[in-house]
Parts: sequence; C-alpha cells; structure tokens
Amino acid sequence: MLLKTSDLAFTHPGQKTIQFENIQLESGESLLILGKSGSGKTTLLNLLAGLAKPDKGEILMEGLELSKLTGQKLDLFRGQNIGIVFQKPHLLAPLSVIENLKMANFFSKKRNNKLSQILEDLGLAQKKNASVLTLSEGEAQRVSIARALANEPKLILADEPTSSLDDENTLKVIKLLQDQAKKIGAGLIIVTHDQRVKNHISKFIEVKAS
Amino acid sequence: MNLFKLSWKYLTFRPFSTGLNVLLLALGLAIITVLLLMQDQLEKKMNEDAEGIDLVVGAKGSPLQLILSSVYHIDFPTGNISLDEAKNLSRNRLVKSTIPLALGDNYQGFRIVGTNLDYLELYKTEFETGQAWAKPFEVVLGAEVAQKLGLKTGDQFLGSHGISEGSHDHDANYFVVTGVLKPKGNVVDRLILTSIESVWLTHEEEEEEEGAEHSEELESTEITLHGLPSSDSPKEITTLLIQYRNPMAAIQLPRLVNARTNMQAASPTFEMSRLFELLGVGISMLKGLAFVLIGISGIGIFIALYNSLKDRKYDLAILRAIGASRFQLLQMIFLEGILLTFFGAILGILIGHGFLDLIIRQNQTGVMTSIQPWIFLKAELWIVVYALMVGVLASLIPAFTAYQTSIAKQLTKA
Repeated sequence: MLLKTSDLAFTHPGQKTIQFENIQLESGESLLILGKSGSGKTTLLNLLAGLAKPDKGEILMEGLELSKLTGQKLDLFRGQNIGIVFQKPHLLAPLSVIENLKMANFFSKKRNNKLSQILEDLGLAQKKNASVLTLSEGEAQRVSIARALANEPKLILADEPTSSLDDENTLKVIKLLQDQAKKIGAGLIIVTHDQRVKNHISKFIEVKAS
Repeated sequence: MNLFKLSWKYLTFRPFSTGLNVLLLALGLAIITVLLLMQDQLEKKMNEDAEGIDLVVGAKGSPLQLILSSVYHIDFPTGNISLDEAKNLSRNRLVKSTIPLALGDNYQGFRIVGTNLDYLELYKTEFETGQAWAKPFEVVLGAEVAQKLGLKTGDQFLGSHGISEGSHDHDANYFVVTGVLKPKGNVVDRLILTSIESVWLTHEEEEEEEGAEHSEELESTEITLHGLPSSDSPKEITTLLIQYRNPMAAIQLPRLVNARTNMQAASPTFEMSRLFELLGVGISMLKGLAFVLIGISGIGIFIALYNSLKDRKYDLAILRAIGASRFQLLQMIFLEGILLTFFGAILGILIGHGFLDLIIRQNQTGVMTSIQPWIFLKAELWIVVYALMVGVLASLIPAFTAYQTSIAKQLTKA
C-alpha cells in the first residue's frame, strides 16, 4: 500500500470542519479527487503533500506517518517522494527549462540523469535550454509536469491540471500523467472539478463540504 | 544547480535594479577607499618628506606657506632672507646642522632648487646614473623629472624664471645634467637640484645683462658643497632647513627667530598637523557623504529584495514544494544580499583606485604624483567586511519574510 489515509479532518479558521473520505492507493494506480469549487479538494491535496497539517487523522505513505514529520525532514521527504503539479505552472522565471528541473534535484538531494529523457517524453526536447519566459502556456504546463517527475517521486499530485484546457488537450495531459506515473511506478492523484477526466480514470472519491 | 547559482540567477534576472544598487554602494565605498588611500599615503609621504627637518627659517609670511614651499615644494616661497642673517643663526649653539635652499626657477614646471650636498644626504638619495654637481650650472635630476622630461646624464636645458611653468626663460646659461637619482618616492623625485651658486649666477646674469665673455668667468666660480656659501657681496637665500641640537631648541629657537630677527621660523610637524586639522572638515564631510551613499544603497538593496519577494512568493512556495527547507530559502535571500554587496565592495575599491589613478595622471608635477594608486591597504578588507554587513542587514527582513512564507496559502490562492 503506497498511500493510506484515515479519518482526515481539517478546519480553516472560522469555517466548518471538513471531513475527508479515506483514501487507499497502490503504486501505479490512479485516483481522482472530485468536488465543487470551494469544497476543500485542494485542502486535501495540501494535506497529502504535507503542505498543511491535518487537525485529525493520519496519512501513511509506505507505512510512514506523514503528519509526524516536521520542518526540514518533511520538506526533504516531500521533495524526494511527492511530485506536485500545480494549477498554474509557477516555473522559476530566471532559470531555463532544464535548470528548473535540476533545481528540484538539488533541493531534494537526488540525482537524476534521465531529465533529458523526461523532457523528450513530454515533447520538450527542443526547449531544454530555453528560458521559461519563452514558453507557451501548454509548454509551461508540461514543464511543470516534468518538474514533478524530476525526482522520480512515489506519488504524483496534480491540482486541476486540465481546468484551462480543451477536450483534446485534457485527454493528452491526463494520458501523459498516467503514462509517466506508470513508467516510474508512482501513484497518481488528480484533484479536479472537471467531469471530463472521469472518463479516463475510474477510481475516485468525492469531497463535499458538510 | 545550487543555491549560489540560483541567487545569482535571480540577481541577474533584474539587471537594472541590481546594477543600480551595486553602483550606489560602490560609489560610497569608492569615496571611502580614496580617503583611506590619501590619508595613509599622503600623511606617510608628508612625514617622510619632513623627516630630519626640525625647523624651517625663511622670510616672514604665512608659516604654512613657508613649510609647503620649502619642505614639500608645492606653494610659492614667502620671500628671501639675507645670507648673513642665516649664517648668524646657523652658528647658534641650539642648531645642529643647516641646509640652505635657493628657489626661484623651474624647468617645465619642475622646480630648480639651489642647495648643497647635505640636502641629498638628508633624503639618503642614491644615484641611478652620474654623480653630484661639482661646478656651477651642473644639476642632478630627481627620478620623476628625468623620466617625465626624458632627460639623462649629459643633457642640457634652459631654466625659466619663476617656480611655475610658463614664465620667461633664462637664455644665458644652459644647465648640464650630471646625475639622475634613483626613485625614492619622496619629494626629491620631482626636483632639479643644483648648487646655490648656480641659482645666484642665473639671476645675476639677468641683472647684469652681460654677454658670453662672462660665462668663462662663471666656470671658474667655486661652489659650496657643504655648509653655507660664503660671498663678499650681500647675498640672499630663500630658506634655511634646521636640525636641532637638543629638545631645548624646539622651545627656544623658534621664539628667538621670530622675535629677534627679520626672519620667520616654522615647524613642519606643527604646521602639517594644523593643515590636516583644516582639511579635516572637508574630509569628514566627504566621509559623511560616503556613509549617506552607503546607507541609501543599503535601503535600496533592502527595498529591491523586499519588492522582489512580493513577485517571488510563488517561486518561494514552489521551492519549498520541491524540497527546499525554510532555512535554505533564508540562505538564498541572504546570499543575494551578500553577493550584491560583495560586488559593490569590489567595484567600489576598483573605482576608488581608478579615480586616484586618474587624478594622479592629471596632476603631473604636484604632490599627488608621489602617491601610488594601486597599493592595496589592509583597511580595504574592512571595506569588504563593512559592505557585507550592509548586505546582511539589508536582507534581514526579506530573508525572514521568505522564511515565514506559508507554501500552502501561496500555492492554492491562485
């Protein structure tokens, strides 16, 4: 079992407590987290990524309790084991495409000589040394996916990766994420309100503001 | 990739803001560098030039002018004193030794100083080529004079009247170079030295307006190599440099000269410390300006870092998301501040030295020429340390802000 959560709950200041459904995910498996805007699905993603701490419940990754890690250890664990694709690419503007990926390697203290391969898989081989300022939106998003893959994580979290894409590109991105996750044997969790994605990934949980 | 490279990339990503801050800091530090260099070398030079000269006796006037004209050879002399009076004084029991100086001529802006061989001994000069003068109109050149005018032993030239360039030539007699001194880095480097008699004869020529027949007579004139020259007719010299026999002289001799004779006595040490006191106001104003510049650049760096943090909140959050610790972000911001100020410091020191070099190049014959613009002082290390401190201070708040950035909030706000 790659990921297992039990009885997670989180309260935003001045708001109702959100109770989350339990998640169980194996390596190589994909899972959707569905919900309306503001339902708390991003909150769940933050909890899974260790970016926020749950008020209740626990998250086990390969038997390790994520909520027990703190500070630098948590940062390093996240860097090494969890790849996150954010809603917006948020690339580091002063750096080139390959440098953005190398940065991920540096901070997680991992070495990866397959960075060029990843870029090639995502159709970015030509852009390897380009400044990220010269990329189109679609390219930038693929770079952000490449960055999430750069450390060969065990778990890939994607936050609304398709919200601004048309049907054709939605399919492409979902396929890309699934293919790459399979290739490195990682679990994939996609947070979305996009019903189109449901057609491609069958396993899902729903987050509802109670 | 590493933190250092990342900081560097962020700095060069905003070249104008970075450049402006580096430049501001550099200018402030350049002023400090120039002041340090000037203070160190000028004061050292001034003390060196005045070594062995306890008292200068000359015509009445400004004592500072007297010192500047006869010890450092910058200002105009106050006038002449009579040789007899000078002789009387040199026989005083408080006087250990005296060196007479006769000023009044120049060659291309370099002063021709009539004196005796004691003057060469006073500054412990050595000859690069040739030897000391032995006849009238023989001269010895300081190293800088020889180099700048391209003169060597055996060359001849005509002196001009007055001690600055551009006055009429004494066309009656050619000076002959008998020797060139080794560079010493002191005042002698930029002087043309000869016997007192040479200076006298040049001026007598002028007055008498006599022709060539006279010059043969000149050749046979005896010159004084040590001590004061003797003369049948009343003669004048410009100043007398005096060495005291004992500490008592320091108290009694100046008073004696100033009160009982038509001459004036001035102590180089006293006048120089008075001069530096006067200059002190200007120097502290410059220092103040430098500190204001450094302060502004510190604030500039702070604002630049702080503003860039606003744009970089996402970047910081992303860095955390890909595994960077809070501490690494803190380091990154500090590194940026430190890199910025480090380059500012290096640039400032270079600008300071370069500026001094420029001044010296502009100033061919002045006292500045003896300053070495590319000597590096230990104190300049402190400039670097000081600059780095500004960098650390300026990045304190931005770094702390980066440290506290909540990643979850930043990344999900979008």
